[in-house]
This record gives sequence, C-alpha cells and structure tokens, in this order.
Amino acid sequence: MLSSYFDKDSIRVAAQELSFSEAVAEGTGLLVSAGQANPEYIGEVLANLEALGPYFVVAPGVAIAHAPPSSAVIKAGMALLKLAAPCESGSANDPVALVFALCSPDSESHLDLLAAFADKLSDSQVMNSLLNASAESVMSAILFENQL
Amino acid sequence: MLIYAVCGAGIGTSVLLKANVERALSMLGIEAEVKAVSLEDARGTNQMAQVILATPELVEKLGGIPSEVISINNIFDLAELGEKLQATLS
Repeated sequence: MLSSYFDKDSIRVAAQELSFSEAVAEGTGLLVSAGQANPEYIGEVLANLEALGPYFVVAPGVAIAHAPPSSAVIKAGMALLKLAAPCESGSANDPVALVFALCSPDSESHLDLLAAFADKLSDSQVMNSLLNASAESVMSAILFENQL
Repeated sequence: MLIYAVCGAGIGTSVLLKANVERALSMLGIEAEVKAVSLEDARGTNQMAQVILATPELVEKLGGIPSEVISINNIFDLAELGEKLQATLS
C-alpha cells in the first residue's frame, strides 16, 4: 500500500521560493526526518542530479528525486514536497511543482511501492488534482484514497 | 523482443517507466520483455535491447548504442508511450 511508505509528516508544502536543488534537498530531507534514510542520502541524491541532469523530472511539473540504493538508506520510503512557487530544473517538463523523494536500500524493497505509485499517477485526474492542491491534507487524501 | 527502461540509478524512474511501458504494450497487443536497468547497465550489457526508453537528459547519454532509443517526456502518459512505441515498432 502506498500510504505505508509515507510517514505521517512526509507530505509537505514549501511556502518559500526554492531552487530546484534546494527543493530536491528539502524533499529528500523528509525521508531523513521520517527515519527512512540517513542525512548522507541527501548528498547522494544531489550528486545524482549533478551527474546526470534533471532526468528525474519525469512528467510535466513532477520530479522523483532519488539515488541508487546505498548504505545511507534505512528502509524503502517516499515523501512529497509541494512547491507553492514552482521552480525551473532545466527539464522540458518545467516548471516543477511536485518533488517526490524516493529511497530504497536495495533494488527490490520498493517495487510494490512503485507499482502502486505508477498506477496512481497514471490517472491524469489524480495528477491534475495533485498539481492544483495546496493543502497537505488534500494531497494525502488524493494519494491514498482508493489505494490498491 | 527485449526493451530496456533506463534511469540513472535503475531503481526509480526506470521501474515506473517499465510498469507503464508494459501497460502501453498490452494495450497495443505487443508482447515484449521489459527490463528496468541503470544507464551503466544499458551501455555495458552484451544483451542488446531492440528498444531503449529514457527521459530526454539520459537519451543524450545513450549515444553510440545500436538500439532504437525513444525519448519520453512524461512517463505517466500512456498515450505518449503508446504512440512512440507503435511508431518505433511498426
């Protein structure tokens, strides 16, 4: 179930203006606060962004910040940072408003999570509602309602 | 037929892409094996995929590979995936 990978405080709205790398660091920081990753993981995600560019901006307005499995990851998890002020990442899918952060200790622990996530976000109505949502409670309701 | 869904780490974007590529293929009635792999694996493998899908920033890094490379802007858009797969495979 999707909700089991999110901590109760892992869906947040960033009110202040952030650069894309700041947003990635803050979104990934939610995984650290939730006890799903160590602080080193934030650096690993930023290094992944630095090395490969904004390839994890995977849909209009949507980034999935992550790095390869590593010892900095405690367990599979996900978080969401909504940017009240969408930012530029350099991707064709700019501006980015939803920064999901993902971590997994290996290449398998999170496969259920991603299957549920792919199902959820492939629904354009869900995607549009999330892009337009401005309250944390509304976003968790959209993500977790009718979950598989 | 073998298809690779590629991302930098091989655990996130590529797994999501694989899930939706499989869905798009089944809507098109095309049978294929889809694997989620990292950029390094896609470049280093001996088992060449017929088709490779990735987001635009990674497509730039897949130059020199003999597979057909498809650039996907929105990995959640089954219509985009279906159209591009059909155009490449037909």
